[in-house]
Amino acid sequence: MDDIFKSVVVEAAGISANHPLASVLAGRDEVMQLTQAAHDAALKPEPPGGLSHGERAALACRMARLNDEATLARHYEAMIPEGSEPLFMADPAFIGGDDNRAKAILRHTDLVTTNPKQASESDVSTLKAVGILEPDIVRLSELIAFVGYQVRAVKGLRLMAAAT
Amino acid sequence: MSEPITDFTTAVPFWKPRVTPVELDKASEEQLDAMKVTPSDTGVGEYVLVLAHDPKTLKERTPLFNGIIYSHGGLSRTETELGAVAASLVNRCIYCAAVHSNRYNQLSKDETVIEGIFDSGENADLDPRQQAIYNFATKLSQCPPEADGADIKQLTDAGLGMDEIFDLVLTASLFGWANRLMHVLGDPIPREA
Repeated sequence: MDDIFKSVVVEAAGISANHPLASVLAGRDEVMQLTQAAHDAALKPEPPGGLSHGERAALACRMARLNDEATLARHYEAMIPEGSEPLFMADPAFIGGDDNRAKAILRHTDLVTTNPKQASESDVSTLKAVGILEPDIVRLSELIAFVGYQVRAVKGLRLMAAAT
Repeated sequence: MSEPITDFTTAVPFWKPRVTPVELDKASEEQLDAMKVTPSDTGVGEYVLVLAHDPKTLKERTPLFNGIIYSHGGLSRTETELGAVAASLVNRCIYCAAVHSNRYNQLSKDETVIEGIFDSGENADLDPRQQAIYNFATKLSQCPPEADGADIKQLTDAGLGMDEIFDLVLTASLFGWANRLMHVLGDPIPREA
């Protein structure tokens, strides 16, 4: 069993093992363990398929920034290999340059992160049209969806800690 | 095939994938394990077969989902469903909203709450506890999340303990995940065309 107080979500929320909320978190120990396991599965899967670990970290950093979640953004930024291509993707102002694959991935990531209610059939076909394989569409979707969960769990825990 | 549903409903639709599901008889050991498929089990839904394209996250997601929604202690099942509905309305996931509003109605034996929310959103006539839960889950589901200390106070004033608030945080967050899969990877289709 791993220590949930060393997990990404609990550390980002700033809750340590001697915090008054520690017993509340311990009551959901399995959920927090699985949250960390899901982080590792979405960010560092082996093999990574058509989305490299660097791209995943950069996209997660981008999504954290779109959510004003600076602590998680720093965590993900540190996971991007230095000087690598994906580094650009972490900047929400970068929309892909003249790379059609990058443009499609960034457009989809931004839409589903910030405004999921607007996502439609054509957004999935756009990914297919630039040659992204269906398993990679699912991998990208899980990464986006996981970060959507994670930023809210961190925010909620931080609010709980502030009120305790 | 009939057109996708665009209005919120408590009648659970079919889910029609936009990505080709994995074929069960061609699935790898890892995919079968992630889907928790036993050799005699052929009733695997299209949604799980789509997610099986990424077995590593699916394997963690399923027990995580069950651990948040069906866990004992903390927030009641009924109030958990209310949090799930609130998030699903923000993200406009017709399928998730139908499943969880339907369960809310079954568990609470009171259809007026969901009717009020579908019709009037945040102006629905809810009791203070329902209002606090609905309000917090709605605000946490925005991007960036908009919940703040006053929303936590509304929850504690309405009588929720920190263990219940934690479950509400996890539930609303979890639907920030589930909605982004179901609403993006498929369409809700009426069961009776």
